[in-house]
Amino acid sequence: MQFDTRITSLVNDAPDISQLMKQVLYALIPAVATLLYFYGWGVLINLVLAVVFALALEGIALWVRGKPVKPFLKDFSAIVTACLFALTLPPLISWWLILVGLFFAIIVAKHLYGGIGYNPFNPAMIAYAVLIVSFPLQMSQWPGAYSVTGEWLSLSDSLSIVFGQMDADWDAITRATPLDEVRTGLITGQSYQDIVAGDHFGWLSGVAWQWTSLAYLLGGLYLIKARVISWQIPVSVLAGLAGVAALMWLVDSSIYASPLFHLFSGATMLGAFFIATDPVSASTTPFGQLVYGASIGFFIYVIRTWGVYPDSVAFAVLIMNMAVPMIDYYTQPKVFGDSGRAVHGKR
Amino acid sequence: MNTLIQKLWKMRGGVHPAFHKDDSTRQPIQHTAIPPQLIIPLQQHVGHLPDLKVAIGDTVEKGQMLASVSAVGIGAAIHAPTSGVITSIEERTIPHPSGLAGSCIVLDSDGKDDWGNQRLAPLADYRECAADELLQRIEQAGVVGLGGAVFPSEVKLASAGEGNVETLIINGAECEPYISCDDMLMRERAEEVIVGIDILMHLLKAKRCLIGVEDNKPEAIAALNSALETLGAAGNAGHGQIEADQGSNTQLSGDSSDSASLAIQTVSPIASAPRIEVVAVPTMYPSGDAKQLTRILTGIEIPKGVRSPSLGLLCHNVGTAYSIYEAVVAGKPLISRITTVTGNGIQSPQNFEALIGTPFSFLVEQAGGYTDKAERLIMGGPMMGIALPSDGLPVVKACNCILISSRDELRLNDHDPADDERLVMPCIRCGKCMQACPVKLLPQQMYWHARARDFEKVAEHNLSDCIECGACSYVCPSHIPLVDYFRFAKTEMKAQQQAAIKSSQSRERHEFHEFRKAREKAEREEKRRKQKEALQKKKAAAADGKAGEGDSKQDAIKAAMERAKAKKAALKAAAKNKQDNSDAV
Repeated sequence: MQFDTRITSLVNDAPDISQLMKQVLYALIPAVATLLYFYGWGVLINLVLAVVFALALEGIALWVRGKPVKPFLKDFSAIVTACLFALTLPPLISWWLILVGLFFAIIVAKHLYGGIGYNPFNPAMIAYAVLIVSFPLQMSQWPGAYSVTGEWLSLSDSLSIVFGQMDADWDAITRATPLDEVRTGLITGQSYQDIVAGDHFGWLSGVAWQWTSLAYLLGGLYLIKARVISWQIPVSVLAGLAGVAALMWLVDSSIYASPLFHLFSGATMLGAFFIATDPVSASTTPFGQLVYGASIGFFIYVIRTWGVYPDSVAFAVLIMNMAVPMIDYYTQPKVFGDSGRAVHGKR
Repeated sequence: MNTLIQKLWKMRGGVHPAFHKDDSTRQPIQHTAIPPQLIIPLQQHVGHLPDLKVAIGDTVEKGQMLASVSAVGIGAAIHAPTSGVITSIEERTIPHPSGLAGSCIVLDSDGKDDWGNQRLAPLADYRECAADELLQRIEQAGVVGLGGAVFPSEVKLASAGEGNVETLIINGAECEPYISCDDMLMRERAEEVIVGIDILMHLLKAKRCLIGVEDNKPEAIAALNSALETLGAAGNAGHGQIEADQGSNTQLSGDSSDSASLAIQTVSPIASAPRIEVVAVPTMYPSGDAKQLTRILTGIEIPKGVRSPSLGLLCHNVGTAYSIYEAVVAGKPLISRITTVTGNGIQSPQNFEALIGTPFSFLVEQAGGYTDKAERLIMGGPMMGIALPSDGLPVVKACNCILISSRDELRLNDHDPADDERLVMPCIRCGKCMQACPVKLLPQQMYWHARARDFEKVAEHNLSDCIECGACSYVCPSHIPLVDYFRFAKTEMKAQQQAAIKSSQSRERHEFHEFRKAREKAEREEKRRKQKEALQKKKAAAADGKAGEGDSKQDAIKAAMERAKAKKAALKAAAKNKQDNSDAV
């Protein structure tokens, strides 16, 4: 009797890429719920539009490149990119900005480099960086949290604003984000303590932001527990950021924000657990991941404190994406039998 | 209970697949009928091809040596697994991943299974034997490592040297899914295994022996422990002395082969029993890799290129220990081995004591035949085994398992049955392979470079340390057959190295050729120059000679002229005298 010998690696018990990606999506649920609670329908509209655009762009790109469309669409990677990108956007942003961003994420950052697995840069962060550089005004129009303004915009009004049917009274709706507020306050000479004494600040950061950050943290811990991500990158990002922040805060706590404020403001938690951990564009060796993460934390602080942008997770991640090949090359672990320590027989 | 070790060390990485071992352990080891025809490849071991001792048409007895260890280097002898006639010696496909053919002896059995007088003399009192004698016996019996390496045991033991090995490690981990031959061997023939170990300890003068068995084989562990107790108690009763008479011998139970039960009666009690310990190691693939098991049991990581005896260690498989027992105590060469026949393509999965050379199809028949799911044939286990094209191939010394399965049995996750062939997705560098790798490699990086055929970079990532266990392929979420890439890279690098050696050799040859040409030319020129010189000298000399002659001529002329002058003067003077005389007249 004759047998087929083509497949030689016979066993594969692993969850596949789509399962890993789905777990990432599950981990985002607490943060999405929190954001919905504080910012209303705009958050959901962003997510839905982003997913629709991303899938459409991904499908087109795969078709043009002559790749099998269905299995690659089913890997969920485009959906994850879309969701992460959508969560960095201010709610009620115009629909076409989402499309422009995702064009850069899916087409430019991902498929021009060879599709999933080949992108040297984090696609969602490329999209964010393109938008914040090109459309700084729209990108900084964050509506105030519902708990602050007490105004809940209806779904139809939200949709009208997003699709340009209705002009929003931006001055009335928007509020400065905590990072922005602290930044502007410090520039105008207020002390850090006075700025955060406002009643829309919680014990960690802005009320809405601290809860959102905690929700990201919860999701991130689930990802570590489920072994979707390793602990090295998130821990080192947070430690890198908190370390520098603590140092500066000790130097002068009236002009430098506290480490806790940095940890629970802006996109820190999202970046540490969901963005910097994108395996394709991150360092892959255990020690390299520590270097990579700590550097991201460092750059987040530097750009936030002395740069022109209030938040800087995207730039910090993109900068370190560039360094990944070098980090990986110089941080190869020692192989079995090479550690010296364990060889304790004769000699 | 004695404890020879304080702690177990944790293995790095590893995976925990579904083991499927129970399928084939429900029945005891079966002896097969004698197949009508055996196909015995000459190359079943690491080393040189053995030297043929028989010819076509020869009638051979069971256990007769068919080929002896090569005269030119290391290797192993091959024996007739049963009596019969050699009908052919020809190239046949051998069970090897290359699918290439190799020299095979084809033996038509006569059904008598007649030993004649081929059985080697039992060395029951092996403890009185010199190491050399035992080594010679092991070589004579064609024993090779049965854990998969098929390295000649005699060479391994001889190179370890007497007294260098402090800890003998016996590998009964059998970590690969589906395979249960070692498990069944330990369950059913534990006492023989212990005697084999005692022979090894005596031979090596080892201080202690650790038998590593994965803790998913409680029956095997219990059997070994009870064998140790029985044999050890007998040994203590005899104060470790070898009993000349067989009176105090333990009567051993066991439904093993005739040779084994015959031999066990002549075995003396085991004095080394207190220095042997059965250690249950956590079930985790690939703990059965020799280096991994060594680390788990002793904490010592054997570095690449370091021979384990230099660290006081040596590792042998339980199957090898059993074969050594058979060779020494029963005088039986390695002509059969225990082989697992299993998988969902087999009606009744079980273990056989199969004669070397038995065609797979014969064993499958003995196991009730195929089910309708028989789509893949693998020799070995699902992780490291090799896919083979035909069941006409024979059982060889390395053949621990014949796995017949459907195409998707081995895919253990519940994937969409509509995806007949799962698509291999691009690597997303998630690092799961790195976490699973027991030797701390970076498979994700090696894969990247191997795909780009940048073998230099792959080598920089320590490809040569890869033990090809397949743990990386097993965990890959993109279903990339990583280990296949690494095997490919290894063969490719070897080929490149050989090509490099070849080209450097031919370059050397060419350079030498050029050098010789130049030298010959120089020599010729030198010769020519010398000849020319000689000629010129001769010419010059000749010219000198002529010049001398001219001088003498001139001298002669001068002399003649002077003579003539003188004559003239004389004549003038005479004339003057005459005139004067006439004047005077």
